[in-house]
Amino acid sequence: MTSRSIPSLVLRRLLQAVPALAGIVVVTFILTRALPGDPAILFAGPTADEKTIAEVRKNLGLDKPLAAQFVFYVKSLAHGDLGRSISTGQGVGEELVRRIPASLELTLAALMLSVSIAVPLGVMAATRPNSWVDHLCRVTVSCGVSLPPFFTGLAFIALFYVYLGWSPAPMGRLNILYSAPPHVTGLYVIDAILAGDGKTARAALLQLLLPACTLALFTAAPIARMTRGTMLQILQSDFVRTARAAGLARRTVLWTYAFRNAMLPVITTFGMVFSFTLGANVLVEKVFSWPGLGSFAVDALVSSDYAAVQGFVLAMAVIFVLLNLAIDIFYTIVEPRLRIDA
Amino acid sequence: MTMSVLAGRPERRRHPAFGLAHIVLSDPLNVVAFALLTLIVLMGVFGPYVVPYDPLRSSALEALLPPSAAHWFGTDELGRDVFSRVVVATRLDLLISVSAVALSLAVGSTIGLLAGYYGGWFDRISGRLIDTIMAFPLFVLAMGIVSAAGNTVANVVYATAIINLPFYARLVRAEVLVRREAGFVMAARLCGNPDWRILAFHIFPNTLPPLMIQASLNMGWSIMNAAGLSFIGLGVQPPTAEWGILVAQGANFIVSGEWWIALFPGAVLMVSIFTFNLLGDVVRDLVDPLRRV
Repeated sequence: MTSRSIPSLVLRRLLQAVPALAGIVVVTFILTRALPGDPAILFAGPTADEKTIAEVRKNLGLDKPLAAQFVFYVKSLAHGDLGRSISTGQGVGEELVRRIPASLELTLAALMLSVSIAVPLGVMAATRPNSWVDHLCRVTVSCGVSLPPFFTGLAFIALFYVYLGWSPAPMGRLNILYSAPPHVTGLYVIDAILAGDGKTARAALLQLLLPACTLALFTAAPIARMTRGTMLQILQSDFVRTARAAGLARRTVLWTYAFRNAMLPVITTFGMVFSFTLGANVLVEKVFSWPGLGSFAVDALVSSDYAAVQGFVLAMAVIFVLLNLAIDIFYTIVEPRLRIDA
Repeated sequence: MTMSVLAGRPERRRHPAFGLAHIVLSDPLNVVAFALLTLIVLMGVFGPYVVPYDPLRSSALEALLPPSAAHWFGTDELGRDVFSRVVVATRLDLLISVSAVALSLAVGSTIGLLAGYYGGWFDRISGRLIDTIMAFPLFVLAMGIVSAAGNTVANVVYATAIINLPFYARLVRAEVLVRREAGFVMAARLCGNPDWRILAFHIFPNTLPPLMIQASLNMGWSIMNAAGLSFIGLGVQPPTAEWGILVAQGANFIVSGEWWIALFPGAVLMVSIFTFNLLGDVVRDLVDPLRRV
């Protein structure tokens, strides 16, 4: 048995992300250039004339063979050039970067919310099988995976904005009465708190609440199910029985012994949760007019803004790989068993 | 555990239908799920013939009416009957999801069989391909495929099939790897069966139970995916009735208080996804009793 240091493990994990990124670049290349049909016409948009199409063809290097086109594509990606959006006239790359904080704020809020609900729910359900908590957990899981996020969002708007009037208008990140806080992190709630502007922070938080809840409801289900399943399994294992027999406090057994071990398999399923979250993000942003990546892509779809849609797909895939990478590195650091090679 | 098992006496084999009836009747929720499934399938098959109104007929006089005895789900901005449109949409939604699941099951299990049985370069290449699909957030990949390949219903089916493919391929590959060197496969090989025969008639039937579970759990997800795609304007185009489009169309009227246009199709969509998820659990209990929690 040899022991490995954390930096070398992290480095190895970083290297493992390279083939995934390469695969993503190849797939997006196929989606943008190599599919049947003329990509120049797609990129030039529905209203373009012959001359514009010819110009786009030349700019994209479409007059060259496929292999040369791929090199051309990778080169422009390396320069951060994702093409030009025909609806806004700006570079797709800059548009996406400008919109990332909005999506990030929504996604992080939703993930924090769903983890803080789903994990305790799963743990309580596992410690009290067939109790009301367990049934609540089961109902949440079955409903959570069956609710299309765009429908939940609309139902929330109908209930909390139109009918009860508790929530602000579902129009973007901040009511027009407020101005955006000075840019620090790009997350309005945090920026407003940093600027000491309590009112803006509250307004931004209220705007964020419904979309974050919608997204959280959707992602809570798989987390709760995994937590419950793993906890059930671990609570029946020998080391927990031993700990109980040794007379350790119930809380120590549950949290220090069982929970810490149960969390590791749960963390590994986060890849799927991220995939769900980023996909549902698009729908939720559209419903709440949230000015993030998703609504950018939906607007681009409506106006057949091809470069923008493909840039969005690439950006989301890269974000997804990075999120998985972050989780895996976190996992490597907290899981000592990974450091031992058998 | 019954005494007969402990005593080593052979248990009487019952007809599989008893197992199904037992599992369905053991939980009232399952009875509801089967009733709903019947209703959904009936709506899909006979829906267009029994709806009270033509789903495409508009009438300016009857626009934006709330639900009433004449229009159970109300009417939309063009005076079309929402109930008729929701019922008629069932067929298209079922068709999209069933064909997507069937396609990914067929292609995915073939890839899994070959990769698991032969290994080698095919396994490596297909494995890379599947890893690459999984490197994308799946719904986003489906968006990219439909927007690149063309905005048609067929492409929604293909895109949904592609994003489901990895699950089937990985599952079947793992099942084949376990059985590749099993006694019954060796025996079949020694009898002179060609590879395709061993794969098709000896190994594949053994991968069916987990495959069936996966497929039934996949149905609800595929419906949600297809509806999500058309919600953002991909695939099905208006005025065709489809649940996702109906919700998208009604979304514009939520804020002004006409909730029925979006909420009824959304509720029906939700109930059908819920039904398929419940049925997936029934199938799992039936096929693989050990996994019951």
